[in-house]
This record gives sequence, C-alpha cells and structure tokens, in this order.
Amino acid sequence: MSNTRIQQRMDALKASGRKALIPYIVAGDPTPSVTVPAMHAMVAAGADVIELGMPFSDPFADGPVNQRGAERAIAAGMTLPGVINAVAEFREQDDETPVVLMGYLNPLIAMGETTFCEACENAGVDGLLIVDMPPEEEGSLVQSAKRHGLDLIYLAAPTTTDARLETIGNATSGYLYYVSLKGITGSSKLDTHEVSQRIAHMRQHVSVPICVGFGIRTAEDAAAISTTADGSIVGTVLVSQIEALANQPEQIPAALQAILQPMRQAMDAKT
Amino acid sequence: MALTEQELRTLDYEPDAGGHFGDYGGRYVSETLMAALSELDQNYQMLKNDPGFQREFDADLATFVGRPSPLYHAQRWSNAIGGAQIYFKREDLNHTGAHKVNNTIGQALLAKYSGKPRVIAETGAGQHGVASATVAARLGLECVVYMGADDVERQSPNVYRMKLLGAQVVPVESGSRTLKDALNEAMRDWVTNVDNTFYIIGTVAGPAPYPQLVRDFNAVVGREVKWQSKEILGRYPDALVACVGGGSNAIGLFYPFLKDTEVAIYGVEAAGRGLSTTEHAAPLCSGRPGVLHGAKTYLMDNSDGQIAHTHSVSAGLDYPGVGPEHAYLKDIGRANYVGATDDEALAAFHEVSEVEGIIPALETAHALAYTKTLAATMRPDQTIVCNMSGRGDKDIFTVAKMEGISLT
Repeated sequence: MSNTRIQQRMDALKASGRKALIPYIVAGDPTPSVTVPAMHAMVAAGADVIELGMPFSDPFADGPVNQRGAERAIAAGMTLPGVINAVAEFREQDDETPVVLMGYLNPLIAMGETTFCEACENAGVDGLLIVDMPPEEEGSLVQSAKRHGLDLIYLAAPTTTDARLETIGNATSGYLYYVSLKGITGSSKLDTHEVSQRIAHMRQHVSVPICVGFGIRTAEDAAAISTTADGSIVGTVLVSQIEALANQPEQIPAALQAILQPMRQAMDAKT
Repeated sequence: MALTEQELRTLDYEPDAGGHFGDYGGRYVSETLMAALSELDQNYQMLKNDPGFQREFDADLATFVGRPSPLYHAQRWSNAIGGAQIYFKREDLNHTGAHKVNNTIGQALLAKYSGKPRVIAETGAGQHGVASATVAARLGLECVVYMGADDVERQSPNVYRMKLLGAQVVPVESGSRTLKDALNEAMRDWVTNVDNTFYIIGTVAGPAPYPQLVRDFNAVVGREVKWQSKEILGRYPDALVACVGGGSNAIGLFYPFLKDTEVAIYGVEAAGRGLSTTEHAAPLCSGRPGVLHGAKTYLMDNSDGQIAHTHSVSAGLDYPGVGPEHAYLKDIGRANYVGATDDEALAAFHEVSEVEGIIPALETAHALAYTKTLAATMRPDQTIVCNMSGRGDKDIFTVAKMEGISLT
C-alpha cells in the first residue's frame, strides 16, 4: 500500500517543499459531459489531487450549496457507475493525478461494495472518502478497498478526541481530511490560527499528511492553511461557481481554472 | 435469520455499546457529529439511572401530560366487526394530542441537565414540532423547528401552534420538501451549533443513542398497557397494533412486551396508493437495508441508492426510513410489519369517528385499518390493543380538502 498514486503524489510534494491543492466538485454537476473537461482544467490550474463527489440525495453532512450540486447531478442522470466511468475517461489522458471519490454509503451498498471497489480499481480511482462511515462502522468496504488498492481517507474534526485521533490515524491512508470548522461544508469563516495549532497537535497522533477542508474560499485562505497543513481542499467556492454557470456549462472548466490558479500561486509563494 | 421462540423470550433487546440492534442502527455520521453523539450518550447513560432525573420525568408525565392515558374498550366497533375485542391506548388524550410529548419531555430534560439553552427539532406532521415547542416553552428553552415546505402547507394549524408557543419554524425548501429534508437541515444546524444546542429527534430513527433513548422515553406507553391489561383483562392482550413511520409510538408500545412472545406484534406502515406502486412509505414491507440519517436500517431507495420520494396521505408516516430496532425485530421475526393504504386509512378514520366518537390522527388511522382486518380473523374472547397514537384535529383540513369540502 505504500505505492498508491496518492502517496506518491504526497511524497513528491513533500520532497519539493510544496503543498497539495485539492479541488472538489460533484461529478455530473450540472451535466455529466462537463466533469472530465473540468477535471483536466483543474489539473492544468495546479490541482494535485481531485476529489470527485458521488452525488447522493440526502447529503446531510454537506451544506446547501453542495446539496444543490448533488441534486443537479442526479437530475442530469449521474449515477455511481457514471462517476466511475468519468474517472476512466479522465485516465485516458491523465495517468498521474490522483482521484478520490467522496460521498455517502448508501449508493455503495446499492451497487455492492465489492463490485464498486473492483470498478474503482479498473477505472483508476485512487481513494475513497465515505462521509458517513466513521472507523467504528467500517465493515466489508475496508477489506474490498484494500484488496483493490484504494486508499481510505477519513475525516477528523476540531471536536475529535485524542483517543479517536489515534483510531482514525491508524485507519486512514493517503491523507487525513481535517474539517476545519465544526459546521457543515462551506459555512462560516476560517480561523487559520486555530487551525495551525490544531494541526500541530494532531501530528502527535497521526503520521499521514493532513489536508484541511471546509471554509477555504480565497487564495489567502489557501496560502495561510498551507503554511501548516500538507494541503488545502477547496470545494464550496467551486460548486458555487458551477451553480452560477449551470446554464453555460461550456464556461465551467475555464471558470474553475480562474479560481484555482491564484490559489496555486499564493500557496507556492508561501512555501 | 428468524429466531426461535425460546431465543426471543431470552434476548435482552438492548443495543450494543455502539448502538447496534443486530446488524442495524449504529452511528453512520460524519466525524463532525461524533463528539456530540458521544457526549449525549454519556449523559443519557448516566441520567437514565439518576433518581432525580427520573422523578422529574415521571412528575411531568403525570401533571403536565396527564398520564397514565386510559386503556379504552372500543365496544361498539368491536361488536360491529364481530371478532376480537379492540382496546385503544389513548395517547390521543395526552397534552398536545399525541404520544410525541413523552419523548420531547425526556429529551428537553436531557437538554436542561446537559446545560444546553437551545433546542432544535425536525417535524413532519407537526406533532413533534408542537410537542418540542411546548416543552421548550415550559422549560424556558429557545426552540427552532425545521419543517419541510410541503408539510408547512399541509399542516398550517400546527405551524401556527408552534409560533404561539414561541418557537421559530423554518420551512425547508431542499429535496422533496418533507420530513427527511427537515431532518437533514436539523442535523446541519446541530453540527454548526453543537456547543449550545440540543437536537430533539422526534422518532426512533437517526444515529445512536437516539433510537434507544426515544424508545425508552416512549416505553411508558407499553408499561402502562401491561398493568392496565392485567387490571382490566386479567392478562396481556393477544395482539398489539401500532402505525410505523419512524416507529416511535410503535416501539413505545411494543418494547415492554418483546419478551412476552404470546403477545403478537403488528407494525402498520403507510402503503399509500398500494405496495405494488412506488407511491408509498413502507420500507419494512417493500424496501431494503441501507444507510440513512446516521443508521443502518430498511429504507426506500432506487437502484442507484438514491433515497426515494415517498407518498402517504399522512405527513407523519411520509418517511423513507424506519427506526433500526424495527428492522431488527422484523429480521428476527419478533414483529410483523404490514401496510395500510391511504384509502383504507381514510375509511378507518371515518368509521372510528362515527362509531366510537374519537377522531383519530391519519397516522393512527393506518393502525386502525389493520386492527379491523386483524380483529375479523380473531375470536371475541381475544383482545387487541391498538395504539391511538394521536388525535385527528390537525388532519380535518386535509381530509375535508381530499373530499372536496371547503371549511372556510
């Protein structure tokens, strides 16, 4: 497991003293044909890892912006096999950028966890982040994911106790996703000082890279987070932009690029 | 995996430390909620055996709710059907008009003992919202109620009641604009405001420890039926019937009888326009296991695992999931789950109003519809206790509208 695409990418970043820029979009939002061009555009803008949302009808840990993104994708006919196919299509031109699928458990159960993991491996998916599956509830999915070479990325929160950090640190591979706010995705504002103190504390319990998401909206946010974290995860601001361009989907790839490029530059300037 | 009768008599029917009922239940939530749920679990496990807490809970049930609620012999209806003797457990006589208040009193006391000045709730029919707003007013807690925008329209009298009680009602426009969306929104609020906020969940669904604690607070219903039936009949009833949406009134009645396997148990789901259509809300009858709102349970979804839009004439049963303990009781064979359609429920609504002088809630009417079917197959010396879980005042506008009658 030491040789997954995610781990190679994280090692390479560390060796060059850079931090990971990790954008998140919902696959199929607003229409399935946009997803692969958007992924390539984000890589061109400097994305190191792509988190691709698997749309779910009841994403209760996400904010309203991401929920609307999921609703648009489902209405446009996006399915779990469709998400995996998008990754396979992306891999035709990009064999290096790691892709993490992020979502909720029920669609995986419906598809069959083994079938799902096998399809992910074949398509070139690198990791899974299942929001409503804490380590306490991990079941057969973990074995399937390991067998098919998929990293399992877990969340940590400001309220996570040290004992749970140990458990989560042992379960997670690839990187740890630190939810910088107590709240839901995209809400409220970011306290970068508090985040950096918290990251320093977590490193005593967790050996994998720690990337920070929730609340990163601007190039300044991304740069500030990157001074202590191993990466910045950017989601809601991108999904908002997609929403604004839902009726002009051909403009979406360039628009995402325009948000990510300044973040990349600001992050690289700091490190 | 149905168990033998001997096994069913000796099970302890308690969840494990992680809140699992067999394969179901658990805590399928984002890490952001784990600390809040652990804190709640610790507080609850401590307080449920605390004499002071129990005393305050019992006192409120007696003097604020009006318990015990009577066990009433529906004689004319029993005779008209010509089968088993039917008894109603009169939860409709509780303050606020339904069983819901048993649970909200318990949870609001938990909020008070946990030092949380603000409570939030989700509501479908509005009964749980009203019950939450009521106890919040009584205890001086700030109260915000999330309600699907469609339900706000369907249940305007309850919306007004909540406002009279000082609560803020937030219409939820996302998704299907019903109960499940209200639940999503309430969870979001809780994650964001967990420091000062207690989330009063209205049913036995959701992540652990909610299914257990909501059950425990409602179990007063079944405990009373136990002594009342001994007093009135000299024995336990032959069968229990209750409607199941999330399943809190049902589990409240069933739970104290689970080891008494001579008592048959029937949960009645909303079969809507028929179980053979897609327009119903009956996950135990025709759904499959999955994960929704923090628990593994039976639910209604499509082949892609997207949660289905459900239908029922009754807002309180219009929910695609069900409490995990019911999923467990179904699989081990301790309880039977059946459906009653919109039409069957409406017929029972009218029949019981006319024959017994009790206007039942549309939710309850589903239990009554199946009670009638079941009674007809039983002897007059046998008895059924049907949980009259709520009164129908809130539903008269819905029924009148469906029947083309204008009340204004």
